[in-house]
Amino acid sequence: MQPTGRPPVVDVALQGRGIAVADQMDRAKVLQRLRLGDAAYRHLTRAAAITVLVILGGIIISLVWGSLPALRAFGISFLYEEAWNPVTEKFGAIAPIYGTIVTSVIAMLIAVPVGLFIAVFLTELCPMWLRRPVGIAIELLAGIPSIIYGIWGLFVFAPFLQQHVQPFIISLFGEIPVLSNLFAGPPYGIGILTAGLILAIMVLPFVTSISRDVFEAVPPVLKEAAYGLGCTTWEVCRYVVLPYARVGVIGGVMLGLGRALGETMAVTFVIGNAHRISGSLLAPGTTISATIANEFTEAVGDLYTSALIALGLILFVITFIVLAAARLMLMRLNARVGG
Amino acid sequence: MAATFQSSLYASRRRRNRISMGLAFAATAFGLSWLVLILAVLLWEGFSGLSLSVFTEMTPPPGSAGGLLNPIAGSLIMTTIAVLIGTPLGILAGTYMAEYGRYDRLTTVVRFINDILLSAPSIVVGLFVYEVMVAQMGHFSGWAGAVSLAVIVVPVVVRTTEDMLILVPDTLREAAASIGLPRSLMITKVAYRAARAGMVTGVLLAIARISGETAPLLFTALNNQFWSLNLNAPVASLPVVIFQFALSPYHDWQKLAWTGALIITLAVLALSIIARTLAVQRKTS
Repeated sequence: MQPTGRPPVVDVALQGRGIAVADQMDRAKVLQRLRLGDAAYRHLTRAAAITVLVILGGIIISLVWGSLPALRAFGISFLYEEAWNPVTEKFGAIAPIYGTIVTSVIAMLIAVPVGLFIAVFLTELCPMWLRRPVGIAIELLAGIPSIIYGIWGLFVFAPFLQQHVQPFIISLFGEIPVLSNLFAGPPYGIGILTAGLILAIMVLPFVTSISRDVFEAVPPVLKEAAYGLGCTTWEVCRYVVLPYARVGVIGGVMLGLGRALGETMAVTFVIGNAHRISGSLLAPGTTISATIANEFTEAVGDLYTSALIALGLILFVITFIVLAAARLMLMRLNARVGG
Repeated sequence: MAATFQSSLYASRRRRNRISMGLAFAATAFGLSWLVLILAVLLWEGFSGLSLSVFTEMTPPPGSAGGLLNPIAGSLIMTTIAVLIGTPLGILAGTYMAEYGRYDRLTTVVRFINDILLSAPSIVVGLFVYEVMVAQMGHFSGWAGAVSLAVIVVPVVVRTTEDMLILVPDTLREAAASIGLPRSLMITKVAYRAARAGMVTGVLLAIARISGETAPLLFTALNNQFWSLNLNAPVASLPVVIFQFALSPYHDWQKLAWTGALIITLAVLALSIIARTLAVQRKTS
């Protein structure tokens, strides 16, 4: 039975918890209780895991439920109508959808090349002792709350653009056919372009840190082989590192895109909140999230509220697709690295 | 002939390399300069308004002096409640994924969904809580604000808990099992203890994340100009007050908004630096 000389470890553990173990019967009882506790804990954690799914389900159901009145009233035309008139209760989502997509595209056009180059710097050029501090500094950019970007954009960045950059752009492209339309109109400071630039700064850390991580995962042997052939650093990055890390980089870019699409506060401050589609990037516009943030508490009438929730649903569907694609890519990458 | 061709190719390759490496330097300088610019302006504008009255007085009506006491208190309370709700839930879910069902189908699905929730637009969370709580109760409330923050806490904690528990060596678990420890005790007494630093890091990161969140509070907790700790009524919070004050035409309010922005940023940066040092300690030990 029990080894003589010292008590069984279970008894020691039980005594440590203040449970006296007198004889076999007691021990059986205590062990039974532990077994029950074990099962209870297992079910508790399982329930918590399922709660995560319930949260997502709840979000989807509540958004669909809330947007039903608007979708019933406008049908599919909600997606392509431009009118947004709370007085006559005519609502269409195309202007915010357009603004959301255009600002995000501007952000990605800037953040992706810059982020990739920073990742190249961090993995190939940067001296070892500087890597951590620079990496942390870039990641601190991601930690700054979005409202800080908003207030900074409104009071510092937008006036700077208005006074120094936009007049220059307008006069520079004024004579060129297509670009003159793209950069037409008075320099407001706030507008689609400003929002896109702020988003670019916000998304930059995401693109950078994921690119750096996947660049670092490239086997050194591959790079060394290329260097051994006489490749320059650029050629190694362009023809060895980047192709190897392609899936991961695309995943990181999509993740950043997901952030940019859903970003609210930074954009709300600098977009100008105008429900119209303008050919000029300098003109004020709006995005889905900015519209909701600005108008939701002031929305009177069920249809208005419902139209805003429907906008939220559209945003959620778009970001869900983008983020899901990003995660699937990164998962595939992990499977490859792991296996 | 061939030699000159070779050397010109070599020169152009070198030139291209130098240009692109120059771009890499420039990109890094570009990225870092934004951090410096934003922090510099924030310190400059924020510090000039920082005084004791910011922490002792209520938000003022336009045109008079005041402080940020009620939004600071509101933010602290809602953040605390959100962490108290979100952390246990997140840790339990992460525990299931790492300990009980590491290779389950459920775990794979939850991990995927959780990662999406992690980056989902926070304003959508606000809409969700509005529909579920505010619309049902008929009024805005601090509870709704806290719940919407908790919804943001959960995925962060789930992710770090799972990651950290997976790093715990299986030999520890086997050792615990071999002395007859039931699984739940093995998890709480051995695995949690081994992963503690990482799990604390996760909670700190979650706090850092929600202390700047504005969008989900806009139409759940709303705002309150007066001192109120009643969580069944609208509660002021620092980010929402910054939002309101910064967009106002009053100079005093804008000044307070900058000060509030400085307070939030310092708090968030401090939290993330503490979290990082904890994570480093764990890696080196």
